Amino acid sequence: MAPLIRLEGLTKRFGETVAVEDVSLDIEAGDLFGLLGASGSGKTTLLRLLGGFETPTAGRVLIDGVDVTDMPPYERPTNMMFQSYALFPHMTVAKNIAFGLKQAKVSGSESASRVEEALELVKLGGLGGRKPSQLSGGQRQRVALARALVLKPKVLLLDEPLSALDKKLREHTQFELMKLQDQLGITFVMVTHDQEEAMAMCCKIAIMDQGRVIEQGTPRTIYERPRSRFVADFIGSANILEAEPAGPGRVVLTGLGVTCATGETLEAKGWIALRPERISLSTAPAAGGPWPSGVIEAIAFHGDFQAYKVRLDGGAEVRVATAHVPGDPEPGDRAWLSWPADAPVVLTH
Amino acid sequence: MSAAKQRERDVLALPWFWLALFVLAPLLIVLAISISTATYGAPPLEMFVHWKDGHTIFNINFDNYALLGSDSLYLRGFLNSIGIAFETTVLCLLIGYPMAYVMARAPERIQPLLVMGIVLPFWTSSLIRVYAWIGILKENGLLNGFLIKLGLIHDPLVILNTPVAVQIGMVYSYLPFLVLPLFATLQKLDWTLLEAAADLGAKPWSAFFRVTLPLSWPGTMAGALLVFVPASGEYLIPELLGSAKLPMISTVLWTEFFANRDWPVASAIAVVLLLILAVPLFLVQGRQGAEGRV
Repeated sequence: MAPLIRLEGLTKRFGETVAVEDVSLDIEAGDLFGLLGASGSGKTTLLRLLGGFETPTAGRVLIDGVDVTDMPPYERPTNMMFQSYALFPHMTVAKNIAFGLKQAKVSGSESASRVEEALELVKLGGLGGRKPSQLSGGQRQRVALARALVLKPKVLLLDEPLSALDKKLREHTQFELMKLQDQLGITFVMVTHDQEEAMAMCCKIAIMDQGRVIEQGTPRTIYERPRSRFVADFIGSANILEAEPAGPGRVVLTGLGVTCATGETLEAKGWIALRPERISLSTAPAAGGPWPSGVIEAIAFHGDFQAYKVRLDGGAEVRVATAHVPGDPEPGDRAWLSWPADAPVVLTH
Repeated sequence: MSAAKQRERDVLALPWFWLALFVLAPLLIVLAISISTATYGAPPLEMFVHWKDGHTIFNINFDNYALLGSDSLYLRGFLNSIGIAFETTVLCLLIGYPMAYVMARAPERIQPLLVMGIVLPFWTSSLIRVYAWIGILKENGLLNGFLIKLGLIHDPLVILNTPVAVQIGMVYSYLPFLVLPLFATLQKLDWTLLEAAADLGAKPWSAFFRVTLPLSWPGTMAGALLVFVPASGEYLIPELLGSAKLPMISTVLWTEFFANRDWPVASAIAVVLLLILAVPLFLVQGRQGAEGRV
């Protein structure tokens, strides 16, 4: 099946600065797709290119097979939920939601019932007569959502939909958005800087840095099998160690003289990533070595686990998260690392 | 009463005092004169209440108001003034709204420059600026010379001392009063709202009428009133650029006061003009207050 959204070599420059650079991306219908990146990574510009608020310097945007590159927002089958919500302050909640319906010349009675339906959908039934200024932040967010959804777009664009909510409400709303997306079957494209939010909500994510999509895939593959140092470091925390190829499925850790098995083969000089929670620590070399060793520099108690900072003999610093280390070593003690064979992830760039 | 409340009252006392001394008191004097009787003397009137030979004499005189109704000169004066003020307001809106809009959407660093451009004419006397229009509009003036040179016309246009000249002078003089408050309102407008409107299917004009215009309404009304109210009483511009065939109520008032030395009639004109302007103003304000602020 052809993807619902296809971006081809999309580039956007603002004068000298490149906001989005040569992005090609496919988004399948029915996905909750996340664009994840730090501020300035170009994720919002990419979303605005999808919505038609920016025209690309180069490249094409196709939605449902139609080239919409030069289409203004009011002709696109997309609707956006703005980060600031952008509710019309001079209109009631119901008028806000009916705005697009009136524009589409939907008849009065049908419009009224669809507005009512949309209000029910976001659990704001009965608040249609209020002005946006009389609502709480969470309620405003729902109005913005209802206003965008009432038009039944092919794609709903969400710009940092939860960033203005407090933590507790945010978690609750995460699940509600996911439920709504599932229930309506509308493709959601969401911009966020919060990796946990992206991981928890999206079925696919694209990680952006300096205007480029660095990696994309399901949250699980991106977390477990990152391909680049940037992504390994950006998603969760990772120990990144320099490595050189040592035959098929094996690498030697530079400066440590330790070889270890890897799932994939490293072709040239590169790195391996080790998640802190996948490393074990012991006061004596573990079996199947040799394993790298070093001195424990610090221990931090986190409740359900303890974080150890270990300075390896080669000079690299490694973070280990583990519930218990046999022998209860203290800072200054020597310790050996070990990990299961599938823990190291090969990074090529 | 708390100290803060007391202080608030003290601070508010100043504007109230100011209004009482410089607005209310003169107004009451004008009102009093308008129901008094003109005589020969200095001052050339007999107040409606005065003392004569130890008696207090009341002589409330409504003839001044009756005169305004009976002589068509006054009615024409009012109609001319209100009419030209209305036209000026409409023209200022048509020219000023796009100007304010473009200014508000201009890059932030050049906005002060644009505001400066609007304010700069105030640095010269309005008398001189209006006088300069005579040089532009007269038969052998700059405008006719330019148009003849371009070959657009052969005979000079007669503009000076016509209603058109008054209109040009009024629009030119009052435009800043509309542009500035409107610019201040539009500048605060959240432009994301227009993106939201476009996203919801509104073409630019539709977004303008459904979002920009309603949200800039307070500034538009403020600007329109700042033009309409003083334009209705404008004296200088019709005097310099207009003609006697087009009496304005301000020129009529001037004649009554200085030439005819009929202070009561002049005062009555002033009172009627004030009522004509103030009553709609209060109605508009009352409605806006009832609708609540956005």
